[in-house]
Amino acid sequence: MTGELGQLALCFALALSLVMAASGLTGARANAATARGIAHGATMGMLVFIALAFGTLTYAFVTSDFSIADVANNSHTLKPLIYKISGVWGNHEGSMLLWVLVLSLYAGLVSALGRGGPQLTSAALGIQGLLASAFLLFILFTSNPFLRLDPAPFEGAGLNPLLQDPGLAIHPPMLYAGYVGLSASFSYAAAALIVGEEGWARAARPFMLIAWIALTCGIALGSWWAYYELGWGGFWFWDPVENASLMPWLVATALLHSALATERTGAFRTWTLLLAIAGFSMSLIGTFLVRSGVLSSVHAFASDPTRGFFIMVLIFCAIGGALGLFAWRAPTLKGGAAFDTVSRETALLLNNVFLVAACAAVFVGTLYPLLLDAINGEKISVGPPYYAATFAPIFFALLLLVPFGPMLGWRRGDLKEAARALAPALGIAAVAALAVLAIASPRFLTGVCAFAVAGWLIGASILSFIKRKGARASAFAAALAHAGLGVTLMGVAGTTLWRSEALTVLAPGQTMTVGPYTLRFDGVTQEQGPNYRASRAHIALMDGARVQSLLTPEQRIYPAEGQDTANTAIRTTGFQDLYLALGDDRGNGRWTLRAYVSPLAPFIWLGGLVMAFGGMLSLWGRLRAPAQVPSAVAQPAE
Amino acid sequence: MKKFLFLLMLLTTPLLAAPVTDTFSDPAMEARARNLQRQLRCLVCQGESIDESGAPLAAELRHLVRQQMTDGRSDQQIEDYLRARYGNFILMKPPLQADTYFLWLAPFLVLIGAGAVAMFVVSKARRAVAELPPDLL
Repeated sequence: MTGELGQLALCFALALSLVMAASGLTGARANAATARGIAHGATMGMLVFIALAFGTLTYAFVTSDFSIADVANNSHTLKPLIYKISGVWGNHEGSMLLWVLVLSLYAGLVSALGRGGPQLTSAALGIQGLLASAFLLFILFTSNPFLRLDPAPFEGAGLNPLLQDPGLAIHPPMLYAGYVGLSASFSYAAAALIVGEEGWARAARPFMLIAWIALTCGIALGSWWAYYELGWGGFWFWDPVENASLMPWLVATALLHSALATERTGAFRTWTLLLAIAGFSMSLIGTFLVRSGVLSSVHAFASDPTRGFFIMVLIFCAIGGALGLFAWRAPTLKGGAAFDTVSRETALLLNNVFLVAACAAVFVGTLYPLLLDAINGEKISVGPPYYAATFAPIFFALLLLVPFGPMLGWRRGDLKEAARALAPALGIAAVAALAVLAIASPRFLTGVCAFAVAGWLIGASILSFIKRKGARASAFAAALAHAGLGVTLMGVAGTTLWRSEALTVLAPGQTMTVGPYTLRFDGVTQEQGPNYRASRAHIALMDGARVQSLLTPEQRIYPAEGQDTANTAIRTTGFQDLYLALGDDRGNGRWTLRAYVSPLAPFIWLGGLVMAFGGMLSLWGRLRAPAQVPSAVAQPAE
Repeated sequence: MKKFLFLLMLLTTPLLAAPVTDTFSDPAMEARARNLQRQLRCLVCQGESIDESGAPLAAELRHLVRQQMTDGRSDQQIEDYLRARYGNFILMKPPLQADTYFLWLAPFLVLIGAGAVAMFVVSKARRAVAELPPDLL
């Protein structure tokens, strides 16, 4: 029964999304209040039915209903409850259902907040309805999660053990909240082109912020997971799937900055619209890359050419349609920004120039190998050295300029005054550089530069905290987000440049040293988990002859899935990680042990968290603001 | 006898032996080997270098790299040897050649292009700001 209920709910949701699209777009006209009412109703109805379908699938996973193919292929009775639930989106069909659930949640939020006036909201709902119907069709025709099996198997096939991890249980919903959140600003941008663009940037701002916060957290979580789960201490691999999440982040960051100018002084009107379209386009391309099986990785659950083709058509329609609308309507927008060469606007423009170039590096690096393979069959790898030579210098140049932005006034800034205000930050940068020269060995020029820039960023943020006492929340938000960049930069530099490592085969009782630590190997025991067997190593961290603490890295074998994973043991001081991964069994109780000491590793994710907090502060300021500041564009009440 | 057992162990375990344990005692050689290993891609994994991969093939390639280093070959010679054997795919850093110029130049072309557009926008905006009434500044 449950499967059929979910299927039916999806069909109803599809019907309602079509109603939503039609009535929403009709409601864009001034005298169509009835259509607007229908659009709002259909939005809520669609949300309810998609939530019902999602709830049904979750119920099937929790109760291990193996008569549903998706459950049988991706779950197992012995899996702990949390992984039964996360298994819902740990596969292609379920993850697409999560995608439309998030899409409908954003549509519901657009409808409930009704920002930007009734016509703009209605048109935005219409576009959201179009997107929802396209994805619902995709699900129903190529990726139906409710298909039945007859006879039902006695036991399920289990979930990829790499995905059975608390970090990865929440990573996909977080990332989707970001990906799909960009659909809201996309819809608002398209709606602005239909209705006339007054006030859309202000209306869409909270959605841009939510999407950006979620993307930031999602990427940080993914990177953290890779760090502790993959077992060799790296935190970013320039894997195409990671790049697929980084590209929307870069565009969303550019959008947040450009929209600020549009909202404030009306500068960059058309460019901001284009960025909003580009942001969601990057999300769609990311989805295509990940879901179509063009790139295979832990994320690509299934490769099926029909799905790839369907998503490709969907992307062409969405991006092509939006760009067509843009090409048609954008020339009618009144352009004309007015600002001086030295101004906040110029700073925001430079921000966009560098972010777009950085995004181009990631885009070309990710897609060029596919293109080249298709053209002449030549296979190349685009690995970290490529990004170190392209992305890194461009992003580094951007970081150098970041502190100037908030110090310059709108329309006309004073560079001398900004430089004077930033002088103490330069001092902090010099101190940071000297400290690195004094403390760290070996000495790297890149390391010194990285810490100088980090000091520059954090110093400038502290200055704007002091200077702007009593200022609006947005000023503090920017300072916090920019400081987060500095924190992450320190973590990245510390881990990449000064990581020490040791790889040793140890017999019980033997010791090894890594960095400042001495480790004693006390042997390996066999443990039984709920759905895995583990070889657990017992490692004593020594302080002279005394045992300071015990670490237990594991190797886990998941018999149901026939796979094994490494479970690292990490001991952190907050400034430095001691990282242990158990290698292979060398016989006679001897095992290989990999140990890393990563200075400042926690800063990588701490910085991400600080950035996200900056975003949240800005969001809080925004949602509070309309009550006090009346909107510049007053809409007639209905 | 002990030696024989050790040899037997070596012969039977290489496929299971994921991370290498052969290391150079000379730290300079070891650093060179590690650096080379980071530049070479594990052909059977997703985007990992042979330095970090646990796959058996990566272990074999690491062994190969170290053997060639012991034979006195230069980094370039080793890379060329592996390229001849496995193609450009094995290099983490794509070679600069006719069909990768675009790959290497695109980010900087975008940077220059976007910079030029920005300069144009700024010059236009500067002319407009001169005509603004002063109370708007």
